[in-house]
Amino acid sequence: MSRALALAHRLSGVALALFLPAHFWVLARALQRDAFFAWTEQPAVKLAEWGLVTLLALHLAGGLRVLALEFLPWRDWAKALAALAAGFAIFAGLAFALAL
Amino acid sequence: MSAVLKVRVWRGGADGAFREYEVPRRESQTVLDVVTHIQRTLDPTLAYRYACRVGMCGSCAMTVNGAPRWTCRTHVDKVAGDGRLTVGPLRNLPVIRDLVADMREFFDKWAHAKGRFEGARTRADDVERVSPQSAARRRADAAIECIGCGVCYAACDVVAANPDYLGPAALNRAWTLVNDARDTGNDERLRAVAGDGASLACHTHMSCTERCPKALSPTAGIAGLKRAVARAALRGKL
Amino acid sequence: MLGVCVLVHLATIIYAVQGGLTGAEILARTRGNVAWAAFYTVFVVAVAVHAPIGLRSVLAEWLGWRGRSRDFLLIAFAVVLAGMGLEAVRGVFA
Repeated sequence: MSRALALAHRLSGVALALFLPAHFWVLARALQRDAFFAWTEQPAVKLAEWGLVTLLALHLAGGLRVLALEFLPWRDWAKALAALAAGFAIFAGLAFALAL
Repeated sequence: MSAVLKVRVWRGGADGAFREYEVPRRESQTVLDVVTHIQRTLDPTLAYRYACRVGMCGSCAMTVNGAPRWTCRTHVDKVAGDGRLTVGPLRNLPVIRDLVADMREFFDKWAHAKGRFEGARTRADDVERVSPQSAARRRADAAIECIGCGVCYAACDVVAANPDYLGPAALNRAWTLVNDARDTGNDERLRAVAGDGASLACHTHMSCTERCPKALSPTAGIAGLKRAVARAALRGKL
Repeated sequence: MLGVCVLVHLATIIYAVQGGLTGAEILARTRGNVAWAAFYTVFVVAVAVHAPIGLRSVLAEWLGWRGRSRDFLLIAFAVVLAGMGLEAVRGVFA
């Protein structure tokens, strides 16, 4: 479980790092014109947005898990942190999907 | 339950191949039993290691169906549900031949991590009093039972990806010594386990903790080392 | 630090989307807002530092790329990210 989560943490990080320049570029321009915002109403874009929110939640949860493992004194429930992190990411993804 | 096992065994060096053997299935059979049967009755040229065959020495560690295990403690029923088995040498170590891995780098890294006790007292001095209840001793005791079998090293993804990484066993041993009140070499030791090749490279996949046959948790020890290194760095001791 | 930023950002985005805000509406709220501008500036800088550090491990372990050329690329990436991010902040909050 920890191994799968650590891998998801790494892959989501790479995906986010690649996405961020695009996100910044769009933001710098889109908010000047409502035309751009119409473009963002497309289902493909909505799906991508959802994907990115979930990736961010996953990466955040995985990161918090690493910080907990490294800075808090070791406890037996440390092993369960991976499941907790995955749960949080799923929750955030659902929350965003329902909000759309 | 099939009467016969189809067993693929790694033969040769790094550029070898799997060869298949048919082994009669028996009740309560272990993977070590299977390998021994092959060597004694089917192919005497097969090279493999074992010693105690009762789960104490760690010599029989091999890769069974992709995972590192003690073959003497792995029942065939548990891993060969469909009557098939694949046995290879431990991952992340050079292959000498067949199922025998070269353990030298494993122990070299143990030395690099300063996994050796350094005391200040001599036989002329009184014995140092260490309470088994003290927090530090409890932490050391939780990790002390390592017998250097190499299973954690074989399971570790970072060892596979990073040739400089000292690995879970070496770092686990360093951790026991960092917590040993009698040891005087900890400044050196923390220096040895800081950095990209050492504790900082662990990504908490926890494969080591998952696979350790003695239920140790190198992940816990490595996390402790990271904290100790951070504290030492802040105090300017590194 | 970054964790706090991300949580705030996520909460804000979910709130905005849930409210069904249009681009114009969002802009109306963000333009000239110094507090939020400051927050996002800090966020951008933190991300520009954090992302290359993470990529460093990935490049070393999965592509076997180690050494100075890799570190140069990562520093360049950090600068680009920070630049683009601050442009975005300017676009939204100026």
